[in-house]
Amino acid sequence: MIANIPLQYGLGLAVMLFGLGLIGVLVRRNIVFILLSIEIMLNACGLAFVVVGSHLNQPDGQVMYFFILTMAAAEVAVGLGLVMQMYRKFNTLDTNAINRMKG
Amino acid sequence: MLDFLWLIPVLPLAGFAILSLLGKRISPKAIGLVSVIPTGLSAIITAIIGYGFITSPPANSAFSQILWTWFQVGNFTPAIAFHLDALSMAMIFVVTFVGLLILIYSTAFMAGDEGYSRFFAYMNLFIASMLILVLADNLLFLYLGWEGVGLCSYLLIGFWYRDAKNGAAAMKAFFVTRIGDTAMAIGLFLLFTTFGTLDIQSLSQEISQQPVVTLAAILLLAGAIGKSAQLPLQVWLPDAMAGPTPVSALIHAATMVTAGVYLIARTNFLFIHAPVVLAAVAIIGAITLLIAGFSALVQHDIKRVLAYSTISQIGYMFLALGVGAWSAAIFHFMVHAFFKSLLFLCAGVVIIALNQQHDIFKMGGLRKQLPLTFWTFLIGCASLSALPLVTAGFYSKDEILWYAWSSQSGGSVLWAAGLTGAFITCLYSFRMVFIAFFGEPKSTVSFKTPLRMSVVLVILALLSLAAGFIELPDISAAKITFQIISGITSLAGIFIAYLLFYGDRRFIGYLLGSRLSVVIRDLWFADWGFDWLYNNLLVRPYQWLAFINRDDFIDSVYDGLAWFSRICNQVLSFSVNGNVRWYVGGVTIGSVIVIGIAILL
Repeated sequence: MIANIPLQYGLGLAVMLFGLGLIGVLVRRNIVFILLSIEIMLNACGLAFVVVGSHLNQPDGQVMYFFILTMAAAEVAVGLGLVMQMYRKFNTLDTNAINRMKG
Repeated sequence: MLDFLWLIPVLPLAGFAILSLLGKRISPKAIGLVSVIPTGLSAIITAIIGYGFITSPPANSAFSQILWTWFQVGNFTPAIAFHLDALSMAMIFVVTFVGLLILIYSTAFMAGDEGYSRFFAYMNLFIASMLILVLADNLLFLYLGWEGVGLCSYLLIGFWYRDAKNGAAAMKAFFVTRIGDTAMAIGLFLLFTTFGTLDIQSLSQEISQQPVVTLAAILLLAGAIGKSAQLPLQVWLPDAMAGPTPVSALIHAATMVTAGVYLIARTNFLFIHAPVVLAAVAIIGAITLLIAGFSALVQHDIKRVLAYSTISQIGYMFLALGVGAWSAAIFHFMVHAFFKSLLFLCAGVVIIALNQQHDIFKMGGLRKQLPLTFWTFLIGCASLSALPLVTAGFYSKDEILWYAWSSQSGGSVLWAAGLTGAFITCLYSFRMVFIAFFGEPKSTVSFKTPLRMSVVLVILALLSLAAGFIELPDISAAKITFQIISGITSLAGIFIAYLLFYGDRRFIGYLLGSRLSVVIRDLWFADWGFDWLYNNLLVRPYQWLAFINRDDFIDSVYDGLAWFSRICNQVLSFSVNGNVRWYVGGVTIGSVIVIGIAILL
């Protein structure tokens, strides 16, 4: 089944997802959407691992995806906690408004 | 006994060390003792060694004492070594004895000065350096002493440093002599690269007539000219009179300024192989003795008169060296050390007695007020004027005049210059006597000369009279004629000085009647305009250059670096704007660049 899908298609999808996530990170001002876009980028990477792993008939890609999944979960937990704190402190989620740390 | 030679310079050095470490903690009396005793011991050792040296001379009439190797670079191993021969014997004799007398005088002269211990520390360091200079066995060690005395001269001219004028005089002395010192250092480099040694004894055997020797002789002569204040580097000595009077007596009359004479006498093997340079020495001496004599004739400050007189007398020594009369030069050096330090010390008494009055025209009638000073000063002046038969100055100056005439490189011109100089010497020395000591008193003097000063003056006066009998001239018919001529010259000089300067000085009024003579007087007063010339030719252009380059252009490299980092700082701190998305953009662009490079390469 999955083996029938050519490598290029899978990787192309991963690149597209990664690009969408990156654009989201760059253009969105709301910190929650930025976190969301980072999740998309992470999952794009995960997809790339899985696709390549399946192409090479090796389980490593899927193992790697578990790592990414775990890390993403942890990241979201910490990230959302920080977002909560940020909202309490600044009453906004706009990253452009929160720019007090500068040189 | 000769083995104790090393103690002679070491004792004053120890005195310097003690004074500089403990000077602030011990009483003035103790300072006086600590400063006088080492030099006194040195003088005693000198006397004993001198006695041994004359009664049982060592082999080759010279004695070397090698203490240790100073340092070793390749096959260059200068030693800390002393060399004693007749020349250095005469020098250490003068340095230790005159030094001792002047130190004793200074203990009274400097009493109550806030820098009492500093003064004696410097004086001891000076005596030690001077002894190293005259005893050194190699030219590098000699150069150490040479720079040591230069340093002490600087420190002591600027001794009363609160007055900016004294500091300026000290710097002038230091800079002008430095010109000569630099030339001398280059001369030493040249000698070393050519002959591979700076040891005086081995140099004297290896030297032969070749162009490089002439060049080295010129460079050493430049050093001697700077130190001995000869034309054209004589401008520093009159200003050096800013220092305390005993300093002028010891450093700027008796010892340091004659270091140039010593250097030429010591390296005479070099100059003999460079006859052109030797002739230049004689000519420089002859011109210097004349122009300094004329300048001395119109000065008002008693110490400046004596300073110009010193330049003039060293001119005589150079003249003697130039015609190859080494011993006559050293003889005159010795006699000059006695009478010139005597004159300076008398001037010191006069200056204290009149509350720092230096102007001879504001003195007068001191003959009655300071009788002892008058008589000793008169003896000094008589010796300076070479009064026939009774004074030492007559015998030494007569030797020089005789050699200036009779030696191979001498001649009638040099002799005439010397004789004219002798005549001028009489004029200016008795001008001082008649103006300062005769006539109506212009101020009351309630100064009682301390015993220590009087004793020193009397001893030096006796030496100024008697030192000439050490070397009585051999009598020959030709020589007697010359002696009579120079004797008549000096008597005539004194008589004309009497006519010109005694009483109401009518003739001077006539002489200054014309415009031309006033111009000449002002020219002489300003040392023939040398200061003006150097100021406009060297000092002011240099200051101008320094001014336009006040932001050192080499600094612009470092300023540029600072400017560049400041620009980087501004750009980078603009990029750190606190905007998270901006940072993400930065990371993205960076990754794209890095990955792009990785792919392309």
